[in-house]
Amino acid sequence: MPDKSTFSQPPLLEKTSLARRIQNNSMYALTILATLLAVIPLALVLYYVAVRGLGVLNLQFFTQVQAPPGEAGGGLKHSIMGTLLIVGMASALGVPCGVLGGIYLAEFGNNKFGWWVRFAADVLNGVPSIVVGIFVYALVILPLPNPHFSAWAGSLALCIMMIPTVMRTTEEIIRLVPVSLRDASLALGATRSFTMIRIVLSAARGGVITGVLLAIARIAGETAPLLFTALGNNFFSLDPNQPIASLPVTIFNFSMSPYDRWNALAWGGALVLVLMIMVLSVAARYFTRGKFTSSK
Amino acid sequence: MNTDLQTPPQSNSNAEPLRQSRFGNIGDGFFYWTTLLFAASVLVVTVLIGFQLTQASMPALKEFGWRFLTNSTWDPVRQVYGAWPYIFGTLASSFLALLMAVPVALGTAIFLVELCPYWLRGILSFMVELLAAVPSVVYGLWGIFVLIPILQPVQAKIASSGLSAIPFFSGAPTGYSMMAGALVLSIMILPIITAVSRDVLSNVPAAQREAAFGLGATHWEAVKGPILRSARSGIMGAIILGLARAMGETMAITMVIGNGKNASWSLLAPANSLASILANQFAEASGLQMPSLMYIALVLFGVAILVNAAARLLLWNMARGTNHA
Repeated sequence: MPDKSTFSQPPLLEKTSLARRIQNNSMYALTILATLLAVIPLALVLYYVAVRGLGVLNLQFFTQVQAPPGEAGGGLKHSIMGTLLIVGMASALGVPCGVLGGIYLAEFGNNKFGWWVRFAADVLNGVPSIVVGIFVYALVILPLPNPHFSAWAGSLALCIMMIPTVMRTTEEIIRLVPVSLRDASLALGATRSFTMIRIVLSAARGGVITGVLLAIARIAGETAPLLFTALGNNFFSLDPNQPIASLPVTIFNFSMSPYDRWNALAWGGALVLVLMIMVLSVAARYFTRGKFTSSK
Repeated sequence: MNTDLQTPPQSNSNAEPLRQSRFGNIGDGFFYWTTLLFAASVLVVTVLIGFQLTQASMPALKEFGWRFLTNSTWDPVRQVYGAWPYIFGTLASSFLALLMAVPVALGTAIFLVELCPYWLRGILSFMVELLAAVPSVVYGLWGIFVLIPILQPVQAKIASSGLSAIPFFSGAPTGYSMMAGALVLSIMILPIITAVSRDVLSNVPAAQREAAFGLGATHWEAVKGPILRSARSGIMGAIILGLARAMGETMAITMVIGNGKNASWSLLAPANSLASILANQFAEASGLQMPSLMYIALVLFGVAILVNAAARLLLWNMARGTNHA
């Protein structure tokens, strides 16, 4: 039995001691400081990309290929088109792969095999991008009778990076679709595949599109997987069998070059790349606005 | 979930009363096997990466064995290769980046969950996520043209002051250095640690917080005690994910770390990481150098598996813990 006095005279609201209040408020201040520290680098990066990039963007930038080293003028048409082509080809294979795999995981994947697939997807998601590039180089380019870099290989590398992201987000979104929708469709005599494709996938459409757009935004900025696969190209090319220029690789090469014009083009390329990725990210949010907010 | 959905659909000849398409069940089987095939693709690719890298690094594996990891000679002329300087560079740069990023990320996560007014939360979260979406090569570009010009005078000052007696600050300042690499890395891993810790913190059951307040704790005491304690393993998971990101990061670090040859304790000295040596040398590799680089890629792949497995384990345990609470 506790002492009776603790009950008879409860210290109802004792004022918090000064020391504890000071501690509390200084911790508040520290978290605010930490937040500022986190936001400042972003502001700095975006500021410099915007300011230095804007000065370079003009019609020439989008309609010409790079000028020879040391010469004025030139643009990044070849890199922009190259990035669009590689990312497009990667998505053409990666999106169906990821979405169908995600459907499997959500619908049939509660078993040992599903566990391994999930684990593999997470590992693949965490494998450094340069390792994926080297893997594709060893798998696709080295065995060729006459080894040469190609847009195909670059797309394959990006595709490998894309599938796990699309797969896991698709799975999570499909799991959020109410079971009653499925049951209703099956009860009306629809086949399981019809239910999945026309009812469940259609209900989850917004979330799936979000996952796909975020995955595209991620691979569009990848440099390392392209270094030893698509390589890069000083000229305009849309031939998938040839090396192809891409924005990230061009930015990388130009930033290390001693020529002012190429450095400037690198900033312009960075601005275009960041804008592309921002548009994709904002569009991704648009497709899930108001929906599924409970799940992060 | 309905357990029936987890078994492959089989044709059911007793289902006479239901008027089904004659091809319906064939379609279902086809659908099941198609999705299974695509799901299996990630498993196949992951196994294939391990297999291919092992096969391609076989000459180096046979020649150098485990000593490859501790030997610090990398000599293309004598064809002797050891990865220690790069392993050291990866460990040191990742550790320094974590040292800088973790307190900031945790503070930001606590601010976002505990203090931030509602209207600001969305904006800040979006900004942190944007920071994660900026491509690595853009951070590298920023590092070369903005960060390093800022760092150079600072480093020169350190080198000319008494601090240069300390091994951490010895040597000639070059700008392109371990310090620059670690700084850029810390900026790059900040978003993932912040985002995961934020999710973990906001998943702490409200009862924990209310109980602490009920006992008279101040807001900070509530955070420090029950909230951080129940979020502990989740935050560990967040840090490990950040570590994985830091160890695998390639472009930004290649651009600013200076392509050094030796393992050095000095923050001012140029260094190299496992990923940056791949980016720097793979294109011109000859002889045993190629298998040696493949060996390095294999090491990075193995580390990725280990780190991710550990992080998932921690985060899964966390999720299970809160579900049952």
